[in-house]
Order: sequence, then structure tokens, then C-alpha cells
Amino acid sequence: MSSLHRLIAAAAMCLPLGVATAAEPPKYGLGTTPTAAQIAGWDIAVRPDGQGLPDGHGSVKDGDELFANNCAACHGTFGEGAGRYPRLAGEGKLTGDRPEQTVQTYWPFATTLFDYINRAMPFPSPHVLPPEQVYAITAYVLNFNGLVDDNFVADRNTLPMVKMPNRDGFIWTDPRPDTHDTACMTNCRAPADVKVAQTAEGKNLTPRTTGPLDTALPQ
Amino acid sequence: MLRAGLGAGAAAFAVAASGRARADDASPPADPDWSQSLGPGVGDRVYGHPSHFEADAIRRTVPWLTASPESSISFTPLQYQQGIITPSGLFFERYHAGRPTVDPAQHRLMIHGMVDRPLLFTMDDIKRFPSESRIHFIECPANGGMEWRAPQLNSLQFTHGMISCAEWTGVKLSTLLQEAGIKPTAKWVLAEGADGAHMARSLPLEKCLDDVLVVYGQNGEALRPEQGYPLRLVVPGWQGNVNIKWVRRLQLGDAPWFTREETSKYTELMKDGKARGFTWPIYAKSVITFPCPEMPVKGPGMYEIRGLAWSGLGKIKQVDVSLDGGVNWVRARLQGPVLPKALTKFTLEWRWDGRPALLQSRAMDETGFVQPTISELRAVRGSNGVYNNNSIQTWQVKPDGSVFNVQLA
Repeated sequence: MSSLHRLIAAAAMCLPLGVATAAEPPKYGLGTTPTAAQIAGWDIAVRPDGQGLPDGHGSVKDGDELFANNCAACHGTFGEGAGRYPRLAGEGKLTGDRPEQTVQTYWPFATTLFDYINRAMPFPSPHVLPPEQVYAITAYVLNFNGLVDDNFVADRNTLPMVKMPNRDGFIWTDPRPDTHDTACMTNCRAPADVKVAQTAEGKNLTPRTTGPLDTALPQ
Repeated sequence: MLRAGLGAGAAAFAVAASGRARADDASPPADPDWSQSLGPGVGDRVYGHPSHFEADAIRRTVPWLTASPESSISFTPLQYQQGIITPSGLFFERYHAGRPTVDPAQHRLMIHGMVDRPLLFTMDDIKRFPSESRIHFIECPANGGMEWRAPQLNSLQFTHGMISCAEWTGVKLSTLLQEAGIKPTAKWVLAEGADGAHMARSLPLEKCLDDVLVVYGQNGEALRPEQGYPLRLVVPGWQGNVNIKWVRRLQLGDAPWFTREETSKYTELMKDGKARGFTWPIYAKSVITFPCPEMPVKGPGMYEIRGLAWSGLGKIKQVDVSLDGGVNWVRARLQGPVLPKALTKFTLEWRWDGRPALLQSRAMDETGFVQPTISELRAVRGSNGVYNNNSIQTWQVKPDGSVFNVQLA
């Protein structure tokens, strides 16, 4: 941390004390005050407006090799996915049967990509890559999804500006209840209409439910 | 001396009893082996476990469901659950980066962001706050998610086992947030785990101040590692993944963070291509746990239909059971306690005549919401949504007593 940043962090720490007269005093007096360094170490969440993005930057070009070394084993060289691990690239509509929900078709915010790679990837050893490398991998994933050009450099200013195709595809207010039944008790439907349309019988997808844990995949 | 005396007495008893009839089963007049011998003494099991005859009652997995066991789910064997409390060893597991081993002496909870005083708590600090115990279910919103297009799994455990219910003990989140002092501008709380996924979800401050608990106790003992030892959130009635396990950080802010787990995942793609997000509460739902595919009927006669009902919006008000695929319904008996945002047990006496039956249960909660059919949900939402399938389950009983998971036209 630079001395300037230390100064800003220290000032931020002092601020609550300065306005303490307006705030309720603590009732129980338990816990300690975390240092600015302690807060900074754990404060990793990134918002769509860029709040929380760290210093540093990373290019598509640098991300290419980093992705090959850290990500491709599960996600494929160009995000096509490997085995049953998630596919990251892919285009298409979000309607119809089993549409591809990829970074390009589904993810609403590019900042979430940085946040997630930083907090949870690479899967076997998460949160070990420095911000520059996370920026570069983020840039590369956006690039193979056709969302940024080959010269793109990801940083705290450019990432919030990336317009994701499905940015406005979400309804963030729960519309339920979206069914409105009453508890009908008698003659609720015609007996002749009651037919078994589909059954799990004979599908051979159900693991054994007795004996030791069944780990076999269906044929 | 005491031990020797007991041993001698037992030997004498065995000799005296040697003339008595023994039989292959324990029916009278026979005395079985366990009635003519000494069992292991106290201290033989310093931490008890179920009878080895109950070895089928285990959490099970669907191997084809996920890419790796570290980001996966196991299912509670509801066919064996007696009452509303799930034994801690059978509580379903959902990990996003495996089950971390967290040292409680090193674990910390940090509260910061839009607060008057950022605070860092040890486990000892947390346990000194006023404590509260409550019974709540936790359900993964993907419970029943494999059944949107058609019935796939012929099993109660695999169609409904992403739910469990426990008594939780901890401190109200509101108490901790007020200790830090909430800034008037704060509207959201980011909760984050200490696992490798650093699992993170945004929660409205209003819910956090309402009934959310920060818990260290489960069913009378310390939280199990599978459920977030040493510390987790319990967000009553809301989808499982927001009940952040191994919780280590709470950040207050004025807007949600839109993490991966609330954008790419745990959102519901509707048939028109739009997606629903922040669909937190679990709506009213129920299922018959006997009979079910794992627990078939054994010949005509009297049975008790048993089941579980729940709602994330409050208490269960009534449960109705149909034997004919929804033409006619009978009110089931609710067995107390009927608690808000907890599993509720229901029963109905049933004389099975040996003919085919289509068993269903239908829950209504105290808001008046009635559990829908799968056809209704599909008509409104389509089949791509994965989450929040709270539809009525149909069990087909065949004349031989076998039971199958079916969906009706």
C-alpha cells in the first residue's frame, strides 16, 4: 500500500469517530475495531458501478496464456467447456428448449466476472491470482465471447463500461405469487381428464436408494 | 470387583437359561440372543450414532447432476424422517467449493461498510450476545429442479431431499448490526463465507433486521461442518444459498452487488427469455413421505398417509390430500407444533382397497397461497427456470403396492 493510500485509509478509519456523537453508542461493547489493512484484505466484493475494483489492469493478450494455464482444463481453450464443467462461451437466444446461458447470452454485468474469478477461481485453489491476472483473464473471457475487441485492457474504469447483451434481461422484483389457486375440495376436475402423462418409471436415471452410496453414472 | 461380580452373574444366568427355547426370530415364546446376554456398557459409544440396521438412511447424491462433488448437493432421506427435525447427520449438503475445515479459534466475523463502527468479532464475542433458538427449514431452490420438463427420478429423496429442518441457536443479526451502528444510507448487506468460493449474496437490510440469525448451534450442539461450522446465517424462509455458511464478512451498502450467485446462478429463465432475480422466499409446498417410491404399500388395509409441508412466508394453515389425482380432496390433520417457516407434519388415515391410486398433497399457508400443479407453473414460467419448483407431487400407487413418480395431463 502506498503512503497516500495509507493516509486515505487512516482518514476513513477516523471518520466514524469524528461523527460518533450522532450515532448510537454500542450497547454490548463486544468485538474490536478492524484495521484498515484487515478491512482491505477481505473487502473483495465488486459492484456493477465498479465499486470494489482494485488497482491494476490486464489485457486480452495476457489473458490468453493465463486462461490456458489456469482455466482451460475445465472450461476449454475458448470457453467451450470440458466434461460437465461450465461452458463460458456461446451465443444464441434465451428462449426455446435448454438455451445456452453463457457469459455472452446471460451474464448482465462484466464486473461480476472479475468478482467471481477473483473470489472463487481457479476452482482447486481460489483467490490466489493477483488482480492484474484476474483483470487479464476477465478481458480474455469477454473477448472470446465477442464482447470486447482484441486490444481491450480491463481495469476499474473499463470493466463497468462493457455493455453486456443481457444487461436488461432481468426482472429484479419478485413477481410471485404468479399462480392463484383456491383450495377446491370436491369435483375439482373431470375424472376423465386425470391421466398419467409422464412417468419416471423405467427411465433408469435414479441412483440406488438402499445400501451404500451409489456413485455410478447411468448407462 | 463389581465387574467380576457382574460377569459371574451373567455366566450363571446363561447356564440357567440354556434350557430355554431359542428361535431364529424374536417372537414369543422365544428369548432372542440380546435378551440372554449383556450388551456393551456406557462409554462404548462416547458419541452415539444410529443403529446399524438403519444403514439405508443416508444422504445420497445424483452422480450425473454436477461436474464435481466439491460443487454439488446431497439429498436428505425424507422417507426416513420422523417428525419435523432433520437429524444433523442427514441434513442435506450444498457446497460451492467443498466443505472447509474452519478453526473456531481463528475464525472471525467482520462487519464494515456503511456502519458507524466497523467491528471484528471472535466466536467468543458472538456467543456473549443475547442468544435465540428457533426451528426453521432450509431448502435449496433447485429442489425438484430436475422435474420441470418431466418426472425423471423415481424417489422421494431425489425429488424433494434438498430440504431439511433444524433448531438453530445464535444471535439476531439485527443485534450485531446495531452494535456496529447502521448508517441511514445503508440498504443492503453482503454476506460472505470463508469457504473457497467466498460464497457471497446480497440481502436487503430490511430482511436482515427482521428475522435473520447468525447461528453457532444446530439441534442442541455446535453447528455441523456441513452446515457452516463454526458460524452461518439462517435467513428464515428464504432460498438455501443465501443462508451463507462459514460466514466471515458482512458489508453494508446502498445497492446490491449482483454476485455470480445472484445473476448467472439462482436466477430463473422464463419462457419469454427474461430472467427473474432476487426471488428469495420459498413459496408453500408439501409432499407425501409415506407412501413414496422408496416406501411402497404392502397389501390392502389401513395405513397412515404421512407428509411434510412448509412455507417461507409463514405458518402452514392447511394441507389437503387427494387419492384420485386431484378430483376430490380431504383435509389432512396437522401435527403440532405448527411453526412459521418450519417443516409441518401432516397425516391422514387411509384404507387402501388395493386399486390404483394417484396420491397428492396440497399445502396452503397463512397468507392464503395454495400450492400449484406443475402444469400451472409450466404454463406461467416454461421449463427452463430450474429453481422454485413448488408444485404438487403425484405418487402413482399400482395394484401391487409399488409407487412411482408421475406427472398428470
